[in-house]
Amino acid sequence: MVEMVSRPYAKAFESFAAGNPDILCLSADLTSSCEVDGFRDRHPDQFISLGMAEQNMMSFAGGLGLAGYRPFIHTFGVFMYRRPYDQLMASIAYPRRKVRLMGFLPGITTPGGMTHQSIEDISVMRSIPNMTILETGDATEVESICEAADSIDGPVWCRVLRGSVPRLFDTPIKVGEMRELSSGDDILVVTSGICTEEAMRARSALAKAGLSIRHLHLHTIKPFDSKALLDHIGSVKHGVITLENHVTEGGIGSLVAETMADAGVGKRLIRLGLKDTYAHGGSRPYLMRYYGLDALALVRGIEDLTGQQFGITENDLDSARVEDVHSLVKAEAL
Amino acid sequence: MRNERTTEEVALGIRRRVFEHSMRNNGGYLSQACSAGEQLAWLYNEELKLGAPTLPMIPKPFEGVPSPSNPDYHTGAGYNGPATPEFDRLFIAPAHYALVAYATLIEVDRMAPEGLEMFNKDGSSVEMIGAEHSPGMEVHNGTLGIGLSTGAGLAYGRKRRGEAGRTWVFMSDGEVQEGQTWEAVQAATHHGIDNLYAIMDVNDQQCDGAMSSVMEVGDIKTKFQNFGAACIEIDGHDLTAMRDAVKEKHDGKPLIILARTNPFHTMSILEERFPRLHYVRFKSEDERARMNVSIAADLGVEPVDYSH
Repeated sequence: MVEMVSRPYAKAFESFAAGNPDILCLSADLTSSCEVDGFRDRHPDQFISLGMAEQNMMSFAGGLGLAGYRPFIHTFGVFMYRRPYDQLMASIAYPRRKVRLMGFLPGITTPGGMTHQSIEDISVMRSIPNMTILETGDATEVESICEAADSIDGPVWCRVLRGSVPRLFDTPIKVGEMRELSSGDDILVVTSGICTEEAMRARSALAKAGLSIRHLHLHTIKPFDSKALLDHIGSVKHGVITLENHVTEGGIGSLVAETMADAGVGKRLIRLGLKDTYAHGGSRPYLMRYYGLDALALVRGIEDLTGQQFGITENDLDSARVEDVHSLVKAEAL
Repeated sequence: MRNERTTEEVALGIRRRVFEHSMRNNGGYLSQACSAGEQLAWLYNEELKLGAPTLPMIPKPFEGVPSPSNPDYHTGAGYNGPATPEFDRLFIAPAHYALVAYATLIEVDRMAPEGLEMFNKDGSSVEMIGAEHSPGMEVHNGTLGIGLSTGAGLAYGRKRRGEAGRTWVFMSDGEVQEGQTWEAVQAATHHGIDNLYAIMDVNDQQCDGAMSSVMEVGDIKTKFQNFGAACIEIDGHDLTAMRDAVKEKHDGKPLIILARTNPFHTMSILEERFPRLHYVRFKSEDERARMNVSIAADLGVEPVDYSH
């Protein structure tokens, strides 16, 4: 059974930031929702409440960066790039301010629906010059995200998981690298964020079906090590399949497609994720099933890629985590 | 660094340069020189505590945007001197005032007159809409409304570090139509950022015409005060009023000086173009010639020979 870690970000941020005079914790009225309420209470001198005013917060953070600080902005991801996109561009990205954008509730990890689900943020961030993009897929990555982000000489977009988070890995994020979770030679599976756990759930059933899977987990989306990916693609007989908690346009599916096209790789690619659609509000397992982001969707994708039917059903997949929408580890049901 | 010239002389010099430039180039931001001449002259010639320029008097060409592969990148802030703790900083929030700001740098001996010849030329850093690499600029402000927020963040950070220097933002009144301006004021007040200063050119004009016709903004002094700032309104062409305004006590609050100005002050013929004063491009050779003669007379110079 997977170890579940409660509120890993809360602990990680506090131990990383507390006492570092150049790190400031910014929040826009979602302090407990982003697990920095304890930090606020214990280190009020490093905490700046900027209210529900994200446009100002982004430019203000740019000004703090100009003054030599490294602000960590905490809010839901959507609120950091949709409304204040202009400020993100002009005040943070262009001048390469060392602002750490901690975006909570990536993709469909919230029942908050369209207004709360950042489903196209990676696409947006990938097209912003000077931006670095990191995404967490487990508790260990959440625990190491602050240090990883703060090692970047410029702005960083981070997709951060909160609440009860599974521990899948035992080594911290090494910026610029990718994790090789299995080393098969039939099919390459590339996942990121919460979709990596889904791909791991499908692993034993696929092995039983006789498929040799090579599985990569991406925590660093930009900059990206194309050469490493191409080597992995070259190691599998069939094609590549990507699975992401994001629209398939502009996310890691596009990243893999561009890498393959640039190199003239002729193998097949199947991109799974949100297919040019918004999501709606619901529990994570429901949304992952409904929109085809879960282990079963991956299996069906692999069947499509190989042209074979494996007869794998939900019962053959490693047990899904059952997570309450209402949980003590979250400040609100969002 | 104090200039030997009076601020009145600097303001007149700014207008003469912007006039000459606009005549030669068949148009320019003339009205902004009329309204903001005293404010920029006062800031640079009297009020701001700035060190000696750290960048060459003749601006270098454009040397690329910030990127990891451009390690030598720097902004144009060096024309205002070093960014050390004791000195003031200035953002020009409405970046389309760049022509007037460049003229000011020349008048206070921070940039060579050759700099203005590079204005809006391909490959030049002296851009039409001041970029952060343009002389005297430190941040991009071409998108209106972000200047005060950035100034508030910088001022907060400097206050935290115990720096004596103030952060000033030169603003335009059209920016009060942007919601971000009000977000910035409430944040600066909430956090007691009283080392933040703004002087706003209230000329009642914007791109489409008179502000009252585009979007009425009402009593902005009361609005700023209600948002928690210290706000004082003056005649923006009265230097004595400006000198007094900055003495206003504003403990725990940003100070915003509303400089009420006339968009054709010292260039009376521009009134013919009211209410489209944002950018004056001459409509005919006849208009250009008449304005040349009229404005030259107002400014006490010979008409500009723009025939070659």
